[in-house]
Amino acid sequence: MSEMSAMNRKVIRSLAETISKQVEHFDQTEVECLIREFNMLLGPPSSPGRAAQGLDRISFRSILHRMFDITDDLLMDEVFRAFDKDNDDIVSMKEWIEGLSVFLRGTLDEKMKYCFHVYDSNGDGFISREEMWRWLKDGFVRLPPEEDPDEAVKDLVEITLKKMDHDHDGKVSFKDFEKTVREENLYLEAFGTCLPDSMSIEAFEQRVFQEQMKQ
Amino acid sequence: MGLSLTKAAQWTTASSGTGKLEFTPMNESLLKEILRFVERFSSQHPQEAEHVFEEPLQWRTTLVASDFKTDYDISDSAVQSHEKDSEGLPLLQLSPPAVYVRSFSQLSKLVHLADGKKLEEVRACLEENRDPVVKILGRSFATTLEREDAQTDALSVVDKVKDPAKEVKGKLFLFLQKMDKQILSKLLEEISEKVSLDPAAAKNEVELLKQLCSDGEKRVLKSLRYTSEFEFSNGCRTPLWRQVHGEICYLVIEPCDAETLYITYSTAGVFLNEGIKQEGEESGYERTSDVYADLVTLLKSRSPHFAKNINKQDFAAQELPSTHKIQHVESVDGEEQGQPQRSYEQQEKNVHEKAKQQHTVNKAGGRNKNEMCPRWSSFALLSTFGKAEEEEPSKSSGEEKKKLTLGTRSKIKAEFSASSSAVRQSSQKMKTSAGAMPGELTSESSTESEEEEEQPERRLEGDIDRLPEYWQIQKLFRYLKAGNQTTTALTLCAMMDLNLMQETCQLIIRDLGGLEILLNLLDTIEVRCKIGSLKILRKISHNVQISRTIVYTSGLQKIVTILDLPDKDLKALAAETIANVARFRRARRTVRKLNGIKKLVKLLDCVPNLAKLTENQEKDVEVARCGVLALWSCSKSRKNKEAIRKAGGIPLLGRLLKSPHANMLIPVVGTLQECASEESCRIAIQTKGMIKDLVKNLRSDNEELQMHCASAIFKCAEEEQTRDLVRKYKGLQQLVSLLGKADNKQLLAAATGAIWKCSISTENVAEFQKYNVLQTLVGLLTYQPDEVLVNVVGALGEFAQIPANKATIGKCGGIKPLVNLLTGTDQALLVNVTKAVGACATDKDNMTIIQQLDGVRLVWSLLKNPSPDVQSSAAWALCPCIENAKDAGEMVRSLVGGLTLILYLLKSTNNEVLASICAAITKIARDEDNLAVITDLGVIPLLTKLTDTTDDRLRHHLAEAIHYCCMWGSNRESFGKVGAVAPLVRFLKSKDAAVHLSTAKALYQLSWDPNNVIIMHATKVVKPLLQMMRSDVEELQEYASGCVRHIRKLFLANLYHCLSY
Repeated sequence: MSEMSAMNRKVIRSLAETISKQVEHFDQTEVECLIREFNMLLGPPSSPGRAAQGLDRISFRSILHRMFDITDDLLMDEVFRAFDKDNDDIVSMKEWIEGLSVFLRGTLDEKMKYCFHVYDSNGDGFISREEMWRWLKDGFVRLPPEEDPDEAVKDLVEITLKKMDHDHDGKVSFKDFEKTVREENLYLEAFGTCLPDSMSIEAFEQRVFQEQMKQ
Repeated sequence: MGLSLTKAAQWTTASSGTGKLEFTPMNESLLKEILRFVERFSSQHPQEAEHVFEEPLQWRTTLVASDFKTDYDISDSAVQSHEKDSEGLPLLQLSPPAVYVRSFSQLSKLVHLADGKKLEEVRACLEENRDPVVKILGRSFATTLEREDAQTDALSVVDKVKDPAKEVKGKLFLFLQKMDKQILSKLLEEISEKVSLDPAAAKNEVELLKQLCSDGEKRVLKSLRYTSEFEFSNGCRTPLWRQVHGEICYLVIEPCDAETLYITYSTAGVFLNEGIKQEGEESGYERTSDVYADLVTLLKSRSPHFAKNINKQDFAAQELPSTHKIQHVESVDGEEQGQPQRSYEQQEKNVHEKAKQQHTVNKAGGRNKNEMCPRWSSFALLSTFGKAEEEEPSKSSGEEKKKLTLGTRSKIKAEFSASSSAVRQSSQKMKTSAGAMPGELTSESSTESEEEEEQPERRLEGDIDRLPEYWQIQKLFRYLKAGNQTTTALTLCAMMDLNLMQETCQLIIRDLGGLEILLNLLDTIEVRCKIGSLKILRKISHNVQISRTIVYTSGLQKIVTILDLPDKDLKALAAETIANVARFRRARRTVRKLNGIKKLVKLLDCVPNLAKLTENQEKDVEVARCGVLALWSCSKSRKNKEAIRKAGGIPLLGRLLKSPHANMLIPVVGTLQECASEESCRIAIQTKGMIKDLVKNLRSDNEELQMHCASAIFKCAEEEQTRDLVRKYKGLQQLVSLLGKADNKQLLAAATGAIWKCSISTENVAEFQKYNVLQTLVGLLTYQPDEVLVNVVGALGEFAQIPANKATIGKCGGIKPLVNLLTGTDQALLVNVTKAVGACATDKDNMTIIQQLDGVRLVWSLLKNPSPDVQSSAAWALCPCIENAKDAGEMVRSLVGGLTLILYLLKSTNNEVLASICAAITKIARDEDNLAVITDLGVIPLLTKLTDTTDDRLRHHLAEAIHYCCMWGSNRESFGKVGAVAPLVRFLKSKDAAVHLSTAKALYQLSWDPNNVIIMHATKVVKPLLQMMRSDVEELQEYASGCVRHIRKLFLANLYHCLSY
């Protein structure tokens, strides 16, 4: 067993070395920690010989929920899509680390790209009225009975679209999005929480980087 | 005159028939205003000035026949004016001491004649004619007018009476009424500079409790009433002189189960007084109970019935204090009904009045310009509204009036907002965009209450629901209430796009109860909602009323709590909002009580001057900047300054002082200069090596920064070491160069202040003289605001301590402007002017000029100033003046009443005044004739009364005065008889050498009288005198031994006498 883990450690170290050169924001030790965390989340291979390739949608969603306090059903799928860059319905180790790089330490530019990607659910490069509607449609829960929540959502969509659509083509391009967010940071997660808040980040980093290093 | 006399003047308790006007600053300015009115009346309204009073105003004057010149028949001591009424009776008649005056033109002339004693005359006149309006217009006229609501219809009275004589009378009444109003509003203005009153809260609480008096079964109080139905424009109901003490109104409350309560509602809280039953009481204002936070708490403690039942009421007791909630409800629901209508009415009334004023002004031929002295004109605040009012087209003949009310309403509104925005602009002009300090008006003179000017509760007028913003904002708040975190954040973003700096928006938000919603969002855990809410609060809190509401609804608590959160954006935003809110005292106190100062100081911990900052460090710096902005606002309260220091803020500020950015430096230095008014902070600033950085930043090209640095140095230079440091770092030269920026008065005031304080060290004066500062300073003696003048004159006073400089001041023409300033009113300025004049008077040439300009008389009349500081400073200045004047004795005698005045001040309770007056008496007594006069006036008992003092400075000058006063007639014996000798002997026990010398001199003089010698011997004077004979001071030896010689001689003579029997 100890031989195994010694082997494992070597493999992990060399893997970490390569990945840390490709991914921003993490040094080699941190990547090592993330790999270990990934392996732990993956759990023991279900059947010997056929090691799992990565996190599937269900386990990824539960991770988002548990560790990063991202709870919106619709959005969790989109976050999964954003992590799963090769669209194989599985988040591989590298995708995991790349995703976390933005999640934990992303610059504003990186975050803008990421968020835009999340909100642009059909991937056509624009956030449309319909997409906004989709994100906001359950946004009003306590309106007085005489008021139609759909109307309110529609109204808010129009207000927001008017604010963001700088080139007046009726939809929000990345350029529009970027400009709006630079003017007012609050628009970064305009259509729902898709990034962890600073408390979850801190807790996660604390647990994964520092406690593991102590071991 | 009626109102200001009954509501504003503070009368002494009338023990004898006529009350006296107290010597208070407020009475003084009241008298000055009335005097000014009288002085100008005959030139401004010649026709009305001729009108003969119904009854003469009659009082005891100090004027004598010789004061009257041409235009008067003078026979012996009696005087009659040439001007006669239709029946041939003179309009002015003097049969000393009484004078009778029957027209304004004669009044004007009389005050002109009275010259230096103008105020005395006005005071005497008002004291003996408590109801001048009745005398002037006749009782019937005055009462008919009074019956009409004082606020309304004087004009209609003028219209009603067709008789031309009565018309003049009516106009006369109008003028009096107008003056009355002007005086009241001026006094109110003065008060609001000193204390902040919040009558709105008081009013709300009273209104609420009034409702509880009414219904039968549930009632919790029998009755509740104000003592006065008259409400000042600032909402208070107390006489003005009590408003100075922060008192808002008096109430009489009958609880169901206890005795009637007499209650004072003041800014400090609510307490029982000695029983003020109605308005105009002259006593009873003393506090007789603890101070309670509000009326309900007081009542609960006094009336068990109230305490029991108040909770049963629909409005639960805890809701009472937060009356604002109720207000919201009212204003939202009541829009269509009461609210707007009421304000319409008010508007109408205003228009009426304005129209009327104009009407009369035009009739009188020519506009009555608000004549303001040039130094005021720089304050847009004072003039804009006044002008807007005047320049309105005046087409107000009788029939058109009604149309006008409707037509001009909107115009007036527009003008009002225009003028108020002009004010805002002008106050913002001084800020750099980078500084962006909310509501900052600081200068070295910034006092606690400067920005606390009580604004009347502003309500939105008219149909606010017709404004597009209203519906927009209302909708967004509905969304806020109903939204989840995402839609809430988006809604907040949408709200940020509103014009939040506009007052309409701010007031709509408040009136819709939006503040509560925004503040509640601060309690959520969702960071983005908190950020959005703060971003809105940060902007709307520029509005003082929003700030107040935030404080009164405990919103500040939530904002301060956010300072503890780890998120830096949140911290910065919260600090910035606090900076806006903490513009009035209660807010600042609340921040301190919430431990907010400590939390804010914690934000300052960052390194501001690294060459390259990471994103994170940059954020730290921004957080620190916002923290400093908040501390700057808070630092205007004294206790907060101390709290900042205790929390270790000064060294942190010192570190931020190294920052290269003006937008950081301005609040940092601003805070430092505020703190520097506390000695402990000054020392911290000096020992942490900040003087160097302050001097360095004097060279900045940002004038605001320069100004704050200069005022920080101004305050810190109280300490000698600081003065030396400023010189060491070449700050003096820098300060001198700032004198070139004469257009920026705030900067100029700060720079001259720093020069003044630095020049207390003579080395600095020498350094300053290398740059010919004296000439520049003399040039600044004219056409400058008081804030600058005080400092310039202060500096001149310090410079003149060096003899060569006195001559220089004289040579470059400094004496004349200095003497001119003696006629000013600003007390701080007068103290400095008298000091400078006194210092200059030690130079013979200067003294000649001072005498030519009649300066001694001017200094002398300042002894009448109510401020003890001015009195003593004037008396000190008199000493060199008398000493160096040509024909000093004659000059002193020529000042009518001067010696009486000096002796009057010997009754002062202020030791500094007494010492200075004794010193002046020492000089006066050198002239035998004058000594004879003051002896007749009773100087001996007055001086003797002072001998029980233990103040060494006073003892020194007192003994000196006794010494000189001995040298006339039988004064030595007189001193002995009134018992001056024994206490003087006790002076020898003092440790002060100066006291020893002057006492020895006095004793020596007294010892010429054998009876005194006997007393001296009995009080064991010989032993201390023998000690003094061993002193190194030759003069002391001489006087002591002279005295001992007299004692021995007497005893020898006695012995001889005995032996010869």
